[in-house]
Amino acid sequence: MHNFELVKPTTVEEAVAALQGDDAQPLSGGQTLIPTMKQRLAGSEQLVSLTGIASMQGVTISGSTITIGGATTHATVSAEVAATYPALSALAGRIGDPAVRNRGTIGGSVANNDPAACYPSAVLASGATVVTNSREIAADDFFQGMFATDLEEGEIITAVRFPVPEKASYQKFEQPASRFSLVGVFVAKFADGVRVAVTGAGEDGVFRWAEAEAALSANFSAAAVEALDLPSEALITDLHGTAEYRAHLIKVLTKRGVNEAV
Amino acid sequence: MPKDSGIGASSKRREDVRFLTGVGNYTDDINMHGQTYAYFLRSEVAHGKINNLDIADASAMPGVLKIFTADDLTAAGGVPCGWQVTDRFGNPMQEPKHPILAEGKVRHVGDPIACVVAETLEQARDAAEAIELDIEELEAVIDMKAALNDGATKVHDDLDNNLCYDWGFVEENRDAVDEAIKNAHHVTTLELTNNRLVPNPMEPRVAIGDYSRGKDEYTLYTTSQNPHVIRLLMGAFVLSIPEHKLRVVAPDVGGGFGSKIYHYAEEAMVTFASKVVNRPVKWTCSRSEAFVSDAHGRDHVTKIELAMDENHMFTAVRTETYANMGAYLSTFAPSIPTWLHGTLMAGNYKTPLVYVNVKAVFTNTVPVDAYRGAGRPEATYQLERVVDKAARELGVDPAELRRKNFIKPEEFPYQTPVAVVYDTGNYHATLDKGLEMVDYANFDKRVAESKARGKLRGLGIAHFIEACGIAPSNLVGQLGARAGLYESATVRVNATGGLVVMTGSHSHGQGHETSFAQVVADMIGIDENMVEIVHGDTNNAPMGMGTYGSRSIAVGGSAMVRATEKIIAKAKKVASHLLEASEGDIELKDGAFSVAGTDKSITWGEVCLAAYVPHNYPLEDLEPGLEETAFYDPSNFTYPSGAYICEVEVDEETGKVDILGFTAADDFGNVINPMIVEGQVHGGVAQGIGQAMLENTVYDENGQLLTGSYMDYAMPRAADVPNFSVDHSCVTPCTHNPLGVKGCGEAGAIGSPPAVVNAVIDALHRGGHTHVEHIDMPVSPARVWAAINNK
Repeated sequence: MHNFELVKPTTVEEAVAALQGDDAQPLSGGQTLIPTMKQRLAGSEQLVSLTGIASMQGVTISGSTITIGGATTHATVSAEVAATYPALSALAGRIGDPAVRNRGTIGGSVANNDPAACYPSAVLASGATVVTNSREIAADDFFQGMFATDLEEGEIITAVRFPVPEKASYQKFEQPASRFSLVGVFVAKFADGVRVAVTGAGEDGVFRWAEAEAALSANFSAAAVEALDLPSEALITDLHGTAEYRAHLIKVLTKRGVNEAV
Repeated sequence: MPKDSGIGASSKRREDVRFLTGVGNYTDDINMHGQTYAYFLRSEVAHGKINNLDIADASAMPGVLKIFTADDLTAAGGVPCGWQVTDRFGNPMQEPKHPILAEGKVRHVGDPIACVVAETLEQARDAAEAIELDIEELEAVIDMKAALNDGATKVHDDLDNNLCYDWGFVEENRDAVDEAIKNAHHVTTLELTNNRLVPNPMEPRVAIGDYSRGKDEYTLYTTSQNPHVIRLLMGAFVLSIPEHKLRVVAPDVGGGFGSKIYHYAEEAMVTFASKVVNRPVKWTCSRSEAFVSDAHGRDHVTKIELAMDENHMFTAVRTETYANMGAYLSTFAPSIPTWLHGTLMAGNYKTPLVYVNVKAVFTNTVPVDAYRGAGRPEATYQLERVVDKAARELGVDPAELRRKNFIKPEEFPYQTPVAVVYDTGNYHATLDKGLEMVDYANFDKRVAESKARGKLRGLGIAHFIEACGIAPSNLVGQLGARAGLYESATVRVNATGGLVVMTGSHSHGQGHETSFAQVVADMIGIDENMVEIVHGDTNNAPMGMGTYGSRSIAVGGSAMVRATEKIIAKAKKVASHLLEASEGDIELKDGAFSVAGTDKSITWGEVCLAAYVPHNYPLEDLEPGLEETAFYDPSNFTYPSGAYICEVEVDEETGKVDILGFTAADDFGNVINPMIVEGQVHGGVAQGIGQAMLENTVYDENGQLLTGSYMDYAMPRAADVPNFSVDHSCVTPCTHNPLGVKGCGEAGAIGSPPAVVNAVIDALHRGGHTHVEHIDMPVSPARVWAAINNK
């Protein structure tokens, strides 16, 4: 790891100001950034820690809306939303291991947009809103490809706002080594329709499965998915599974999600 | 009745107190005054020519003491290979030089090119990044069969080709085996891969070189399973340091699984460097670095044919194996696919004719050597898979086909057609025990129960044999070993009766400090806590060969018994003097010497005190003191065996396999500490399940390691293994060592992979997927799904 300066602001404004510096980078839970820096594959002159900002911590539940501070850990999310949004709680509770869950944050995960991360599927399937220091971004506009988002340089995710669906489920099929999702499918049923988001499988990162959404909005049952055939063209092939296998798993997990949605 | 101390007692592992409370002393815990840090610049390409290596600017970087390249090591030898195999035409294997640092060419990703020694590790890394290196990438040789094609790119320019050797065993049987297969009633054929593994001991390798200018002596602290072997190989062959000027210390070592047997370039480098910079030099391997610098395991591609007569009796076995050596020959690499593999191809069976052909191949990959089981898992896997396939083809119960072909209990000692003589065994007993433990008779009910839940259930049996405590030295010498395979012990009795036993065996997780003490204490009849086991320092222990191949209790334990017998014999002479009785009448029991038929007795402690304070002592006949050394060279291997049975459930939809139960019924001969033995089996089975279900080492066609971290290399975790059912009540004691022990360290890793794969195939067949004849390890969900769906 190369030497760097660490600053730990206590307000969003201070953090935004610190990020204007040359070669400054935000640091949230550090679960991706720190290992990469240790391998000397990344490095900045200055890291701006976001975990000391009180307004970015914690979960607020108001009616059918859950607002999660950007620097809230997975463990906190899992505990706080267990009653209100069980599928989101289950997702957060199965990310990594206890050490990861007590360090890693929702803002960090969503901003990184790892193609195999769990959170992006929940944000996209829920139609959540990503709140930054300067604006609000709809999930459909936020994710823009593998490790790519709509965030601008120096922009910070201060919160993620989730509408709570009628029922939902996250089905994660683990990659055997990393235990990230080989395929993860988040199914969320709202009064006005169903959203299905897939992580782990897309060459462009998390995506919505439009055909399944249409079929399930008309008939929320596993049988409605049975007839669908997801093309494997834009899916990932790697040593843990072919695109064809991933396409198959997406369908299987979507059906299981429908059956197990709560 | 279970005993509460001595041989047969489940004494708690005394070493765990320090391991579990964080006060162990591992090599990386050692920090020396004036210590410097080494960092290796390693090749990022699999095969290349070094056109330019300029260290001038890097050498001027802050904190840098010296940057070493091959130019600094012209007086040093290469890293030696400890075993020379002779091919089937009578010629010695091709043996390339293995330089400490690359000499003009790099031959695998991770091949060390330069070593930076600096005041801090970060400074050493900074300087390594500043080294100017220009490598012209050459075509990489990765696929073993392609490597043997005419005109294939050569890994070593000075060799004839990429073939290390073409070995045949038993060569004289070659034609007879061909004939038997041609005339067989039925032949079952199977082609399979034994997947390459990265050893991954919990503690990565560390080496500290320390040169004393005052005494012109070197000390190497290293994570080794056999410090004396390192002293011999590095001292005599690499650095020309006489053994009396070189001390090798392997303190607490956190697992080895074979990967810490070998002498590695980094050990020689830090030892050499410590004299040049006149400071201690420490190298600590990172986990990422371990993936490309620790010797890998397995990596065989095999075709096996099993011939049977009309009564389903095995008549011949023929195998053809390609064994990957990697880019250089690691210390014992050539012996693994040959003598540790071919000699086990009879298995538990009375197959009269066996022919094993092995082609060992150089490729641009990390060197491959022994990994827990070393050749014996490869033999067991192919044999137990092909027997299972044969049973399916013949439509008979796989347990029954095995039972029918087993060597019978009354047929021991049994001369196999592959040179070795099994001294004892009772395979029928272990198989019956295992089947009873899994309730084999009611398996169909469990199949139905799984089916009701939409899952396919399967049961897989494997019955393994292994050869432990490889010996005797004169035989292994004939087979090409460049070392002896005895073991040593010195028993030092103190004046107040406590004992220090110095053993040439090395404990790196096996619990020797506990079980060895149990043996010595039991022989004398004293409390185990009066015996301390010391190992891992060439300045203390007599020349020993270390720990691998499940040899420690069978060979090291026997040396300890012999030394303790000498102690007891001498102590009896002292006792006879003190008790004024004839030596022949002296009996030792429960730590006291008594005169037979009288009430006269004297304690162990009184005799020990007399030996060191010899006021009343037969000085004219007997030297004072009580210290004895013994070297033990066994007359044969030992042959543990056992039934391993795995029960799985397969999710047809996703291909995911869950292991529901795993049962091991072993015959380890006599058992010193049942709890430690059980733990060894647990660990071995977990590693075998890792190989069968999860672990795989994948290189792309350019020789880049795709599975170079835990993000892609899948290690087994607690949730991946079931509760194990372990039994070792079937005992046929070894006939040729004093303890009647056979060894248990590798059994779990040998017997479990075929049991797992057999179970998965069984489940698929029961589910109607009868076209699936084989799935290569690891049987990942993707592979199982692809097999089911003919993808």
